[in-house]
Amino acid sequence: MNFTLKIWRQESAKSKGKFVVYNVSNISPDCSFLEMLDILNQQLIDKFEKPVCFDHDCREGICGACGLYINGRPHGPDEDITTCQLHMRRFKDGDTIVIEPWRGRPFPVIKDLVVDRNAFDKIIAAGGYISVSTGGVPDANAIPIPREDADLAMDAAACIGCGACVAACKNTSAMLFVAAKVSQLARLPQGRIEAKERVIKMVAKMDELGFGSCTNTGACEAECPKNISISHIAKLNREYIKAKIF
Amino acid sequence: MNSLFASSIGKKLIMSLTGLFLIVFLMVHLGINLSLIFYDSREPFNKAAHFMSSNVLIKILEIILFGGFFLHMFYGLYLQIKNWIARGRGYYKANYSQTSFFSKYMIHTAIIITVFLIIHLTDFYFKAKFFGEVPEVYYDGKPYHDLGILVIEKFKIPGFVIFYIACFLFLAFQLLHGFWSAFQTLGLDHQVYTPVIKILGIIYTALITIGFTAIPLYVYYFM
Repeated sequence: MNFTLKIWRQESAKSKGKFVVYNVSNISPDCSFLEMLDILNQQLIDKFEKPVCFDHDCREGICGACGLYINGRPHGPDEDITTCQLHMRRFKDGDTIVIEPWRGRPFPVIKDLVVDRNAFDKIIAAGGYISVSTGGVPDANAIPIPREDADLAMDAAACIGCGACVAACKNTSAMLFVAAKVSQLARLPQGRIEAKERVIKMVAKMDELGFGSCTNTGACEAECPKNISISHIAKLNREYIKAKIF
Repeated sequence: MNSLFASSIGKKLIMSLTGLFLIVFLMVHLGINLSLIFYDSREPFNKAAHFMSSNVLIKILEIILFGGFFLHMFYGLYLQIKNWIARGRGYYKANYSQTSFFSKYMIHTAIIITVFLIIHLTDFYFKAKFFGEVPEVYYDGKPYHDLGILVIEKFKIPGFVIFYIACFLFLAFQLLHGFWSAFQTLGLDHQVYTPVIKILGIIYTALITIGFTAIPLYVYYFM
């Protein structure tokens, strides 16, 4: 397969950046999207040009490192997958593919397609953890947890912090990310203890870092590779209002 | 509590509560308007309009209503500007994720509705309240503002009827997203009740739109 790639190139955080067009040929349909970029980079290296920088790590859809805005959608055209799980058979031969980094002031571009997602770490550091001593591994059913709560907490825990929600959101809101963590921990007995403090601190940090506010558009949910529902955002709102009033 | 409204969620909460208040107001307004076409005489409409402008409780509610409108518009614009700033450099390829369509155009429809609101208030409310240009009628020897005739005269102008109906279609776009969205912001999400709220939102929007657009059409063609 042959493709024309229109890729955002930016030397550093401070430089201006522009789109550069590349052509790749003889790409196998079974090639993953990142492998296709590897092939392009090898071609560039062979020509003594600088390769295109992009984030990646596990290439199994579980680490959350990769994340490209492909043809107007975070993680590309497929549902419920990360960029590394996207394959070239999903495109048509001869397609022009536009590849952009996540956009948003809290996610500044470091180089080419790599953005600084430190803002997420800062939000987690503000309270997205359990600091009470939970002891060693408890007996399986020592603390009874309703099945529904356990399931919803598990759904929320699936968040890999890739930032697709922020990238997709027209408001650059991080509400789905924050909601996933708040909801996950607030539903479980060990996390419940610090729920009030946690939600206040995490939302304050989210606001401070310059993320937008949620308008319940649902683009985050549509693009989330882990299919996290915006009903967790309602839970976040509930937790926050409750924490502030009572 | 005081810092609640300083946060982004708190500001959204204001949007939600004022939005729900305005949703209730729209129903009351529609009810009164419909009295103009359901009766042969303008008397019930004029009397209702008189009650709305003279009752003490309504006068208090009126201040709350204006406050609600103001807060809804102010925070809507404030949050939108902050959201635009949050993006920074935009995308070359616009996002086309599967999302609720109308939610993407809330600010645009809101601007149209604000323009409508200003024209609407100047046409009827301010006229009756301050300018005294409204003709008078007598029911049981008591003088009333004949707002009914003012409305009928307006709805005889084809351009105004088209503008009025167009504005209510834009309002429908607002309501289609806003109704459910208000509940989501309040944190009211439920496996069973949320789909019900979404359907109620559609029914409410349909009733408001059909009701408000039927009045000018009826007046134009039949009165």
